[in-house]
Amino acid sequence: MTFWTDPIGLLDAWLFAVLTGWGLPADVSRIILYILGGFVLATGAMVFTVFLIWLERKLIGRFQDRFGPNRVGPFGIFQTVADMLKIFTKEFITPDGADLIPYNLAPILSVAGVLFVWAVLPFAINMLGVNLNVGVLYVVAAGAIGELGMILAGWGSNNKFALIGAFRAIGQMISYEVPMILTLLVPVMFTGSMGLNDIVKAQNPWFVVVAPLAAFIFFISQVAENARAPFDLTEAESELVAGFNIEYSGLKFGMFYVAEFLHAFTISVLFAVIFLGGWLGPGAEKYPWLGLLYTMIKTTVVFFTILLMRAGLPRFRIDQVMDLNWKLFTPLAIGILIVTAVVDKSLALFTPTIRVLGLLAANLVMLLVTLRFLKIFAQKKRRPLVVPSASTELPDDISEVLL
Amino acid sequence: MVNDWVYIGLFILISLFLPAAAILIAGWLAPKKPNKIKNSTYECGIETVGDTWVQFRVQYYIYALVFLVFDVETVFLYPWAVAYRQLTLFAVLEAVVFLLLLAGGLIYAWKKGALQWN
Repeated sequence: MTFWTDPIGLLDAWLFAVLTGWGLPADVSRIILYILGGFVLATGAMVFTVFLIWLERKLIGRFQDRFGPNRVGPFGIFQTVADMLKIFTKEFITPDGADLIPYNLAPILSVAGVLFVWAVLPFAINMLGVNLNVGVLYVVAAGAIGELGMILAGWGSNNKFALIGAFRAIGQMISYEVPMILTLLVPVMFTGSMGLNDIVKAQNPWFVVVAPLAAFIFFISQVAENARAPFDLTEAESELVAGFNIEYSGLKFGMFYVAEFLHAFTISVLFAVIFLGGWLGPGAEKYPWLGLLYTMIKTTVVFFTILLMRAGLPRFRIDQVMDLNWKLFTPLAIGILIVTAVVDKSLALFTPTIRVLGLLAANLVMLLVTLRFLKIFAQKKRRPLVVPSASTELPDDISEVLL
Repeated sequence: MVNDWVYIGLFILISLFLPAAAILIAGWLAPKKPNKIKNSTYECGIETVGDTWVQFRVQYYIYALVFLVFDVETVFLYPWAVAYRQLTLFAVLEAVVFLLLLAGGLIYAWKKGALQWN
């Protein structure tokens, strides 16, 4: 056990020896180490967000033919640090009539809901919080906490726009959880375990090769759940001002901001871990630092794809978002699950190559069938063009239109 | 095994503590100068009319119900997925029947118009 083969284990053993050397019982030392490890991991995630926000702003700037932040530090890399210092000294404006407990709890829960997931993310073979045996289920459950934060923010703000934004957000997010959970069953099925580290170890070949459609649906559902463009109806500026976080100011708003960016990165890690082989790569079993590098490369590719989607695609309408989920992704996810289970079981006796080819062929057939169906329905369902007449009246209450 | 859950429990407490501590520190550093106009509800400069906690569209409720059905039924599939490697083809087909029931529920909700946004 050296620094290069098991850095965390080494540090852990050394600190444990130090603490027990001071006369502390073994259990207490262990718990102190857990708290220390948790603090390092969670703080690391929060600090890392500072860098992520800079990266995203810089890249989005480039996509839009601007420079992006370029004043503070080389390439503007300390811009977010400056922003953070500023936002720490901004006043909290609490609107009249706000329901104070949900109002103040919401930003905390939003960040915490994303941070929870980091406890189980494997960055390398032995660089992880804990390889929980129900890891996938834990990730899904933790994701729901962030949604709770949103609805609390909308409800507590005493603002109609915030409430409408929160309703939309929750409607969209709980909907996209259904195909996400269904497609997550596919890697669990191939692995025979819900531990994320076990899922990584079982990827030979990567699951994106044997289940490309499931990977695609999982990816889109995760982006939709993060409520980023093109799914950012929850904060549609032209309709709802800012959505559920309209009444927040200072660091309370900053927390929603942090949560969004951290969430974008967390879903990139999750996708890399579950479908792109995580830390797998030449030499990664022996040298975890190499595994960490592979995870980060894969994560960066996924993160860049998310940014590209944000920069390049226009916003969906709410009915399109809901239809995409309930009328395409959910039935398709059920179909994928059935076909994958049956095909994989029937080919279990053959060599792995034939199994992979069979699964690929099944996915291809499903894709073609889906495209065919979409074409048929698209021709049937063109919306009639509405010509506005002079007598069109605006309703008295704006909330009737938006709700 | 139990140690795993101790770690998770501690990690959850830490994740809640970090943003809470940040907000507390910011509240301590930030100025506090509230006034009537500043604290009023922001709805594009127009005075807010009536109660905020209005009745909302029943559509959201229906989506939530459909979600609940699917979520709960899908959770039942996770033990099956974990045991999948050891199962025979017959047991897999039984799960397929369960999934087809799920699909039947989806089609029913679809035909009833529960998935129609208007």
